[in-house]
Amino acid sequence: MNIVVPIKQVPDLVEELEIDGSGKDLNREWLKNKVNEFDDHALEEALLYKEANGGTVTAIALDSDDIEKALFAAAAKGADKVVKVTGDFGGAVSSHTAAKALADAIQSIGFDIVMTGVQAVDDRDGQIAGLLAGHLGAANVNVVTSVEKDADGLVIHKEYSGGVVAEFETSTPVVLGIQAAKETPRYVPVAKIRKASRGLTIDEIAASGSADAGSEVSRMFKPEGGAGAEMLGDDAEAAATKIMEILTSKGIK
Amino acid sequence: MSNIYVIVEHFKGQVEDITFEMMGKAKELGDVTAVLIGAKDLASQLGGASKIICVDDPSLNNFNPEAYCKSVDAVVAAGSPDMVLVGNTSMGMDIAAGLSVSQNMPLVAYATEISSGSVVSQLYGGKMNVESSVSGACVVSVLAGSFPADAGRSDGSPVVEDMAAPDLSGLSVKFRKLIEPEGGDVDITAQEVLVSAGRGIQNEDNVPMVEELAAKLGGAVSCSRPIVDNKWLGKTRQVGKSGLKVKPKLYLALGISGAPEHIEGMKDAELIIACNTDPNAPIFEYAHYGCTADLFDLIPALSGKM
Ligand SMILES: Cc1cc2nc3c(=O)[nH]c(=O)nc-3n(C[C@H](O)[C@H](O)[C@H](O)COP(=O)(O)OP(=O)(O)OC[C@H]3O[C@@H](n4cnc5c(N)ncnc54)[C@H](O)[C@@H]3O)c2cc1C
Ligand SMILES: Nc1ncnc2c1ncn2[C@@H]1O[C@H](COP(=O)(O)O)[C@@H](O)[C@H]1O
Repeated sequence: MNIVVPIKQVPDLVEELEIDGSGKDLNREWLKNKVNEFDDHALEEALLYKEANGGTVTAIALDSDDIEKALFAAAAKGADKVVKVTGDFGGAVSSHTAAKALADAIQSIGFDIVMTGVQAVDDRDGQIAGLLAGHLGAANVNVVTSVEKDADGLVIHKEYSGGVVAEFETSTPVVLGIQAAKETPRYVPVAKIRKASRGLTIDEIAASGSADAGSEVSRMFKPEGGAGAEMLGDDAEAAATKIMEILTSKGIK
Repeated sequence: MSNIYVIVEHFKGQVEDITFEMMGKAKELGDVTAVLIGAKDLASQLGGASKIICVDDPSLNNFNPEAYCKSVDAVVAAGSPDMVLVGNTSMGMDIAAGLSVSQNMPLVAYATEISSGSVVSQLYGGKMNVESSVSGACVVSVLAGSFPADAGRSDGSPVVEDMAAPDLSGLSVKFRKLIEPEGGDVDITAQEVLVSAGRGIQNEDNVPMVEELAAKLGGAVSCSRPIVDNKWLGKTRQVGKSGLKVKPKLYLALGISGAPEHIEGMKDAELIIACNTDPNAPIFEYAHYGCTADLFDLIPALSGKM
């Protein structure tokens, strides 16, 4: 099985997000990026599958800031091959644009299974997995929490609400949006990533076709804060006193 | 008048709330056609639509991502909707993006507000809203809980139209079975007090401290998804989109950011108190009271007062 795992960087939400001068995008100058957490799960599930059943895992990403580090980390975790799709992918790239560029590249590499993160915090115009599947002419299942091999092909688990899981079997090719890997994604120390990066070539594929979102961002704004919470401050003792008063007044404690 | 298609989401013989939420909104925007794939008997519950298009086939009895995609695709291709509304749910995610590519229609996801030509999406874990302008027909995937469901429930008598299923032979994906969650020791949906732990608790060793606080408050511990994914607590403790919906008298959220998928499960709690060191955490928009103290200081402070 050739498993391809697209990975991408997203803004780290621990940092405060600022809107730029255009009013339509984040101020990306000081933005701290991290790999989309669901991509870590997709890579983990792909590696678990490979370790159990053989095959190869290829991590692929569109060229963007810091993406080499993310690809080296994927290699350090066990990806056999890392690929960068070159083209103009600075700033905010729409899901439709990313999916078309990735689909062309994945098509040229060849694949049996594509595992992407189920979603990302910035995929305004849709989750990548379904768009990729559309371009690749493959079936698509999302919110996947387990991928196993059996005599009939793949057995996959998809999560619904309330913890109910649907089991499907599928043949390949297939594109899966991974919600959570069976195991907590493995961690690799920086030293190991540095080591993996030595002598490792990132294959490059130039983006060919293009597609756009078909919609345009007209405005970005912070949520207005609905009714909003009454804030009790940052002092734990004082806040605890107030919380106890509230609980007592409501008859909870 | 705009022609709006609403893709009906149903599970175990029930029309899901998201469907009524979308139908209510769609009625404000135009003429509503409900697209009912499988489960034709549910048409009687869709009085809020002016028309229902049913596609039924034995292979559509249980949700099958591939078969449902093909069926929705055939319905949309045969009509000319100005807008197709799909839930941004586990099932809807298997439909919306594929439809966008196959019908070459733009897709706007995570929608919380829709008007003709413009859609607001909730992004960045609930920290930013983004308004998109769309001209022409489009697909919109709608976040659960964005619109009142009641507006979509009414007793009209829509025209029901049957459409033949597309060729569903040779599907790659086959439904096998549903696996119900194992019952846990505690049913968090029945608790009056929930002390809920998020990624802010940092590691497994800090779980007992939260459990102790919950016990002192006469309640139980619940949590956000990463805590379950890390296996620090069992799945039966998870609150949210893929977990359980809870409505306790008190929901005390510790180190939870308030991502939309979490909010979906707890926003109707009677009293929500949140502790998060980030004053911009979206949880504070839904909480009644909030504090920006460190949870590792707040827990002992609270315990000390009981
Ligand atoms: C299809 C799908 C379904 C999902 N279903 C669910 C679901 O059912 N339930 C769910 O919860 N999530 C669900 N998610 C995941 C969701 O998107 C978020 O990733 C998740 O809710 C984040 O959990 P969190 O708030 O605990 O973590 P984070 O977002 O990482 O937030 C941690 C917070 O802790 C705060 N913090 C850190 N240290 C401290 C401290 N010392 N004191 C106080 N505060 C501190 C930080 O400021 C931060 O805001 C789902 C996702 C998808 C794609
Ligand atoms: N620019 C990109 N480069 C590589 N992979 C991507 C890119 N955009 C999206 N993906 C993949 O699709 C997943 C879901 O992204 P999205 O659909 O944008 O939420 C990401 O986390 C990646 O796995």
